[in-house]
Amino acid sequence: MTTAREMGLVTCTSCARVWPMGHARCDRCGHALRSRDTGSLQRVWAFWFTGLLAYIPANLYPMLVTQTLTGTQSGTIVGGAIQIAHHGEWGIAAIVLIASVVIPVAKFAAIAYLALSVQRGAVHGLRHKQHLYEIVEFIGRWSMIDVFVVAILSALVQLSVIASIHPGPAALTFALSVIFTMLSARSFDTRLIWDARTAISPGPPSPSGHQ
Amino acid sequence: MLLLPPDRRILSYLVKETLVGNAPEQNAAAPDLIGCPMCDEVYAVRQPHAGERAVCDHCGTVLIATREGAGLRILALSIAVLVLVVAASFHPFLSINAAGLGNKVSLLDVATSFRSGLLVLVSVATILLIVGLPALRVAALIYVIGPIELGRPPAPRAREVFRMAQALKPWSMTEVFSIGCAVALVKVSDLARLEFGPAFWMFAALSVIVVVSDRYLCSWSIWEAIETADQRRPAPPESEPVSGSEGKHA
Repeated sequence: MTTAREMGLVTCTSCARVWPMGHARCDRCGHALRSRDTGSLQRVWAFWFTGLLAYIPANLYPMLVTQTLTGTQSGTIVGGAIQIAHHGEWGIAAIVLIASVVIPVAKFAAIAYLALSVQRGAVHGLRHKQHLYEIVEFIGRWSMIDVFVVAILSALVQLSVIASIHPGPAALTFALSVIFTMLSARSFDTRLIWDARTAISPGPPSPSGHQ
Repeated sequence: MLLLPPDRRILSYLVKETLVGNAPEQNAAAPDLIGCPMCDEVYAVRQPHAGERAVCDHCGTVLIATREGAGLRILALSIAVLVLVVAASFHPFLSINAAGLGNKVSLLDVATSFRSGLLVLVSVATILLIVGLPALRVAALIYVIGPIELGRPPAPRAREVFRMAQALKPWSMTEVFSIGCAVALVKVSDLARLEFGPAFWMFAALSVIVVVSDRYLCSWSIWEAIETADQRRPAPPESEPVSGSEGKHA
């Protein structure tokens, strides 16, 4: 168990080649080399707060404004999901709720947990944290579903007086929220999670950090 | 075993070699080192056989996942995606009918449906996420992998282009958009009748192809291939300033 840093080396995060510490740029792929991204957590939190700020109006303002013969109806994210559920389409309602509510909220919580535990230097469950990060990274983009649904509906449903659908302001803030949380997750340097292990084992190897 | 703990002797040798300058013929026999980008663990790695995978036994990250004929497949699939993206952008995507009124939209109409005020930004983002970036990414893969598969030296700036392609991966959201279509269909089903245009099927096909193609893409193998292909380059043709030792054997 040896990290590149312990060996006086630095790993290229783009192509995985190893270089001597102090090498500025990877000769193979041209990526800037950094043993640890020291500004990582600052950027994680900056994007995290921006994403959270955008997520609040995304839930308060309407996502879709539907005009039919009977009147105008505007629906928020949660309202839209409830409406779908009323039609008996429980599966689709669940997809919308999961993609637009459960995933974003869980993402905010997960990123905050990871960043805080790195800041506190927590040494337990490193592999679980790595796993959590991978899930966050993988799942984040799926939150864009609702924005795409709004795009499709407002392009398609333009039937003069009978029915027309227009996007509401929440479409913008929700898209921003998803993009900023994706940037937040991508700014996170996962090597910081694993540093907790080396920080406690300059002496005898501790069993807690392994696997 | 594809991955081994790094041998100190090999390590000091490699470090010296890269610092001092290049000695390709001396270095040829030494196995490469590979670092896990996620947890920083270092391994010595030999050239993998086709089909071999290497997983970091520390954090579980897949470091190498080679597949037989992967380059050629990615190339073919990327060309297919590029053709489909262009075709799907202009053919009718979905059409709607209700009480004698109808509307037909293309993929670009969908992407540009946010027109009022600041919502234009969402249109820009949507075009990029479902058409622009996916097209750019597969074009970049073709540009990088094409010359290598043809046995030529890598294309100019192949490194930058491949790094860009890798960075674009999470932002290319074709499969997310496909699920979005399914949700939209249900939402309007009680309001009007929907019909799929040819572009809808093209888009569905390309979303699947992108996912399949990405399963073949092993970034480590492509970097190795770029590096190997670089050695096919005749001695002095590029006047581009390339820093450091270039002739390291993979």
